[in-house]
Amino acid sequence: MVSIEGQDPHASAPIVSVPGRGWREFPYWLLAIVAAIAWMSYLIATQDRYGDAYDAIIPGLRTTVETTAYAFVIALVLGLVAGLGRISRNVITRNIALTYIEFIRGVPILVLIFTIAFVVVPELSSAFGFSNDTITNQWRAVIALALIYGAYLAEVFRAGIESVPTGQSEAGRSLGMSHAQTMRRIVLPQAIRNMTPAIGNDLIAMLKDSSLVSVLAVRDLTQRARLDAGTSFDFRATYLVLTLLYLVMTLVLSLLLSWYRRRLGLDDRG
Amino acid sequence: MISLRGLTKRFGALTAIESIDLDIAPGEVVLLVGPSGSGKSTILRCINLLEVPTEGEVWVDGNQVNAKRADINAIRTEVGMVFQQFNLFQHLSVLENVVIAQRLVRRRDRHEAERIAREQLERVGIPEKADAYPRHLSGGQQQRVAIARSLAMHPKVMLFDEPTSALDPEMIKEVLDVMLDLARDGMTMVVVSHEMGFARAAAKRVVFLDQGQIVEEGPPAQLFEEPRHQRTKLFFDKILKH
Repeated sequence: MVSIEGQDPHASAPIVSVPGRGWREFPYWLLAIVAAIAWMSYLIATQDRYGDAYDAIIPGLRTTVETTAYAFVIALVLGLVAGLGRISRNVITRNIALTYIEFIRGVPILVLIFTIAFVVVPELSSAFGFSNDTITNQWRAVIALALIYGAYLAEVFRAGIESVPTGQSEAGRSLGMSHAQTMRRIVLPQAIRNMTPAIGNDLIAMLKDSSLVSVLAVRDLTQRARLDAGTSFDFRATYLVLTLLYLVMTLVLSLLLSWYRRRLGLDDRG
Repeated sequence: MISLRGLTKRFGALTAIESIDLDIAPGEVVLLVGPSGSGKSTILRCINLLEVPTEGEVWVDGNQVNAKRADINAIRTEVGMVFQQFNLFQHLSVLENVVIAQRLVRRRDRHEAERIAREQLERVGIPEKADAYPRHLSGGQQQRVAIARSLAMHPKVMLFDEPTSALDPEMIKEVLDVMLDLARDGMTMVVVSHEMGFARAAAKRVVFLDQGQIVEEGPPAQLFEEPRHQRTKLFFDKILKH
């Protein structure tokens, strides 16, 4: 990230917020959300309907987190490979990457989850000669999310790499560094720094979209909420608790990310 | 040291340079001048193959740079390049900027690479900035680091692509001083620049280009004062007498 200091080589200290304007900058939205979370927590602690819903849903947390985490790691690798392929000068490589990216981007996520879980995975497993049944629904969900977000992240990687001025790689190449060395040591470190906000946003988006895998009967938070609502018929308690849980997760995640971004900004200050 | 034979570069329908023949002896300092779009930078960029020539041959130190099987990375190692926009690696400290290619390309160990890096930073006059990051340096300082970065590879030739054009006036001298010093040490240099003071002080030869072709060449004094071609005269009238 470019720090404020970085924009002006002569500045010696970061610009501090102007006094008197502080009340305008205060994050009231955060206060409102935290208040809502506190209110819901109070309901869960004191009212049986909410407490029961919470108990029914919370075991799904682990599935949601695991599914997101595995899928995201695979998606990052896919995204890097496809992103590099996308900007490759090789016609074949570039077109393979483009086909993958445009295919995924042209189909709704929910539809892709069905197609990947019930068509792509069975076809591939029979092509590689092992039984379709050995792949659990949770792994199908992971594969589907990874393939979908791999294509989204490919564009993030592409934009990140293109955000590094060509002069940087020309300087590397003119010093005799190979294309791969220049990419790995010069371009990617700067690209990834520029990409952290976008990657973070995609992680949060994926965490939310992981709720869609409930259609595969994967027992994540959403699926457990649906099952609970189907037996208790207390939609209000169940879905408010479910909403609260996602909100807490995305809020924690975005706070972690902004902390990490600030740390990155500090680290390269020298 | 450098030999260009019938060098031609086209970008689509646009011909940037056409049939350039030029020989540069070891230790010679040659200035390429001409109006913008005359192909000066393209020639420079063809010498280390940042642009692939459309036709013709580029020879550096006895190797054909644009031969099919040329080891381009090895050739580039012998040809330093300094850019108008400095192009320092923004994510690395000054010292690391000068060290990284030595380690990756010259395969020097860290100790030796750092010793050479500090030596070169000393030479360009900013040893105290070794631990700073590029964006905390002035333009003139950044350009001197860029020169040190190239010199640390111990190249046989140095190419300068408008090295002072992006600098504030008060910083131009500190960069030119480093270049003059380098010229006195016998470095082979090809410089795209309109610094006529530098040309008089350091260059043996000035090559005037227009529309992708060499119009004329000669010692700086001759070209500035008694050009043979009208185009040359018009150009130098414009840049020498404001």
